[in-house]
Amino acid sequence: MSSRTAIQRPATPAGRTASALDERLTISAPLRRTLNKVFPDHWSFLLGEIALYSFIILLLTGTYLTFFFDASMQEIVYDGSYAPLRGIEMSRAYATSLDISFDVRGGLLIRQIHHWAALLFVASIVVHLMRTFFTGAFRKPREANWVIGVGLLVLALLEGVFGYSLTDDLLSGTGLRIINAIFLSIPVVGSWLSFAIFGGEFPGTVIIGRFYILHVLLIPGILLALIAVHLLLVVKNKHTQYPGPGRTEDNVVGKRMFPVFAAKSTGFFMVVFGITAALGGLVQINPIWLYGPYDPSQVSAGSQPDWYIGFLDGSTRLFPAWDLYIFGYNIPPLFWPTIVLPGLLFTLLGLYPFIEAKLTKDRAHHNLLQRPRDVPVRTAIGAMALAFYTVLWISGGNDLIADKFDISLNVMTWIGRIGLILAPPIAYWIAYRVCLGLQLHDREVLEHGVETGIIRRLPHGEFIEVHQPLGPVDAHGHGSLQYGGAPVPKRMNHIGGMGRAIKGFFTPLEEPPARPVTSEEEKQAELTGSGRPKDPEA
Amino acid sequence: MRDVTRLARLRKRTSSGLALAVALVAVGIGYSFAAPSSSAQDTGLSVEAMAGQEIYENSCITCHGANLQGVEEQGPSLIGVGEASVYFQVATGRMPLAQHEAQAQRKTPVYDDAEVNQLMAYIQTYGGGPELPAEEDLRDGELAEGGELFRLNCASCHNFAGSGGALSSGKNAPSLNQSSDLDIYTAMLSGPQNMPVFGDNQLTPENKRAIINYVQTLNETADPGGLSIGRAGPVPEGLIIWVVGIAGCVIACFWVGTRS
Ligand code: HEC
Ligand code: HEC
Ligand code: HEM
Repeated sequence: MSSRTAIQRPATPAGRTASALDERLTISAPLRRTLNKVFPDHWSFLLGEIALYSFIILLLTGTYLTFFFDASMQEIVYDGSYAPLRGIEMSRAYATSLDISFDVRGGLLIRQIHHWAALLFVASIVVHLMRTFFTGAFRKPREANWVIGVGLLVLALLEGVFGYSLTDDLLSGTGLRIINAIFLSIPVVGSWLSFAIFGGEFPGTVIIGRFYILHVLLIPGILLALIAVHLLLVVKNKHTQYPGPGRTEDNVVGKRMFPVFAAKSTGFFMVVFGITAALGGLVQINPIWLYGPYDPSQVSAGSQPDWYIGFLDGSTRLFPAWDLYIFGYNIPPLFWPTIVLPGLLFTLLGLYPFIEAKLTKDRAHHNLLQRPRDVPVRTAIGAMALAFYTVLWISGGNDLIADKFDISLNVMTWIGRIGLILAPPIAYWIAYRVCLGLQLHDREVLEHGVETGIIRRLPHGEFIEVHQPLGPVDAHGHGSLQYGGAPVPKRMNHIGGMGRAIKGFFTPLEEPPARPVTSEEEKQAELTGSGRPKDPEA
Repeated sequence: MRDVTRLARLRKRTSSGLALAVALVAVGIGYSFAAPSSSAQDTGLSVEAMAGQEIYENSCITCHGANLQGVEEQGPSLIGVGEASVYFQVATGRMPLAQHEAQAQRKTPVYDDAEVNQLMAYIQTYGGGPELPAEEDLRDGELAEGGELFRLNCASCHNFAGSGGALSSGKNAPSLNQSSDLDIYTAMLSGPQNMPVFGDNQLTPENKRAIINYVQTLNETADPGGLSIGRAGPVPEGLIIWVVGIAGCVIACFWVGTRS
């Protein structure tokens, strides 16, 4: 017993608290392990964090909004500060949203930050997804995290739709009506489903309350849990890294979690928060007071969903109005572009790691990423998918494009239809070519060296550019470095020649270092105004 | 400014109406005596209408015909369109049409108010038609009710805030942010192009003034949330989040991530 008490106690109060905590929670060893974890350093690994931080901003601002919002469809007469709507009948949901915008301190700012953060959340998920896709980060053993990621994406879309529907203004109500039409278009169970979800005929009196629970409780809860698992898996599997000197499939080269990575991440959180706050304060989003209360007899031009649902709006606009009958059941045209298409797209997306493994017969563990150019087929498939998505997305706003750029709406629809068929293969071809071209250039540099920009004239009159080999050369002057899929320096200052590049984005931020003057130059005569050396005799 | 000239014109119009009545009576009396050699139309025109006829024959006749009956492939008949339609078309600069396109565009008007009055007086003599409102304050209507009516009758084409929208076949419903009160009123009365006519049976004069009040209130109030980005709904918002939001964050990624 006495030997135990002999352990030296920490002297400082902070140290005593820490040790008291550790004695009870045994936390210091795992904490130390975590804080000392090494995280590879590459800017593209921060993209996932944008999603994480916008999610945090959403939770904070959303909580503030719940204090004032009332998800009730009970009709009341508006009596708030916004004069053009005073005396109009509307639901409590809409009225309290107006109150948040006009009568709650900071309410409009928080509402706008919340909406901008929602748009940013989904956008950053998509960017992060592209990063994991194009670098092959989803390969074994990270397929699970990819599938979870797709789940997060789908949940984020749904979360956005439910949020968009809550304010019960003319725009969100129009959205709800389309959601109802989509349910109705499902064969056999459609009308039953719609009835169950809306608690009777559309619009009914319960839908906003139901969506509210989904929006503030159920989906954020699942998102939070899935994000936790997602991040735990990143820690468990270790983060991938790009190939490079000293980096192998079995090590991780990078910075310690604490303090370097932690400092960067906090700074980065501030940046993301700053951008959403600036947008929320400066740029108007979802001006519900202009839309007016929902009334099934009204609809506005330019009624569009938020951007992340735009591709489904686009697919609906492009899809021909085919009314099919299968086994006597009518399948409305809406069914294909709004249920079948996204179902197929997300299934393919989720299964992609397994499909690729099957086709390439690659079953190995991978901790090194691939540069997009080194896997031309995958990169080209990605480009193809992006082209397909982009055409759908642009078509979702084709009426506005038609209006602003004076193109006929019918022409826009046909451009979309033809583009949907032609753009993907063209994108595939271009991406494939670009990948091969970039690879070729890397190989050339490895073989011949970096272009120095120095032109030399040979005795027989031919001009050649002097190349700086990157490594030892063989008898023919050819480099002996192997192509390894790592970045190859392309300019002299990347390899320390010709000095470092001068800092500054648009204009130089610093003086270029003075070049030591050689004794020969010192001897050179002063220049005259015309640029010729002064005659020493004169 | 606009209102003052409009008032002046309205006043002038009542007097010219009086002149027209006097002239018509005189012609009627004269007609009963004189031989039916001169055409009633030539002599029946007021001074103002005659001035209008001159303008008409200079710049409208090629498309709308000598007797306003219209010219095939060029322009529709103007018989019975009424002065409201003339006012709308000429005061917004749509007429005289410069070139044939899917739809006449708003331009700087070619004619000043006096000349518009003359054209109105002339064309009104062919079959009458909807007239300009007699009221002076065209915004004298209930604001919130105007909003309801606007969303019910106009938003489907002109968008919830009057920012305009595309229609099929290269046509569009224009933005209403340049329209004067009288432009809006006469647009409703005459229903240009694809726009339906909102006669006094569909929307009472009171309703029309409420709508005008609402449209102009929106035009004149600043956006409480910051930059309006076109008041065109989620499409420009989506553009901003990619061009500003994501681009800003990715640049920040790059900046933070390449720093050690
Ligand atoms: C180049 C041919 C052209 C000229 C010149 C022209 N118009 Fe027109 N006008 C049209 C066409 C075409 C339309 C119908 C299309 C539209 O409304 O955009 C029209 C429509 C109108 C209408 C609306 C008719 C309705 O049904 O309400 C009025 C009023 C009118 N014009 C008056 C005039 C006047 C007044 C002038 C002379 C100052 C004039 N136009 C000169 C071609 C012309
Ligand atoms: C079916 C679609 C439609 C509806 C509904 C409609 N408009 Fe229009 N509106 C148009 C079109 C098309 C034009 C352009 C006509 C032209 O350029 O010849 C137009 C033009 C106008 C203009 C002229 C804009 C300018 O250039 O100054 C005004 C004002 C206007 N509308 C007001 C209204 C009001 C007020 C209502 C509701 C009572 C309404 N519109 C309903 C289609 C519509
Ligand atoms: C709520 C949305 C999401 C959040 C908050 C999130 C967050 C993160 C973070 C912070 C990382 C580590 C840093 C990085 O590599 O960028 C990560 C890794 C990863 N994410 Fe996500 N992510 C989300 C959605 C997705 C989606 C939609 C996918 C793909 C379909 C995905 C697939 C992956 C994969 C495969 C990794 C491992 C990357 C590697 O180790 O190289 N994630 N995620």
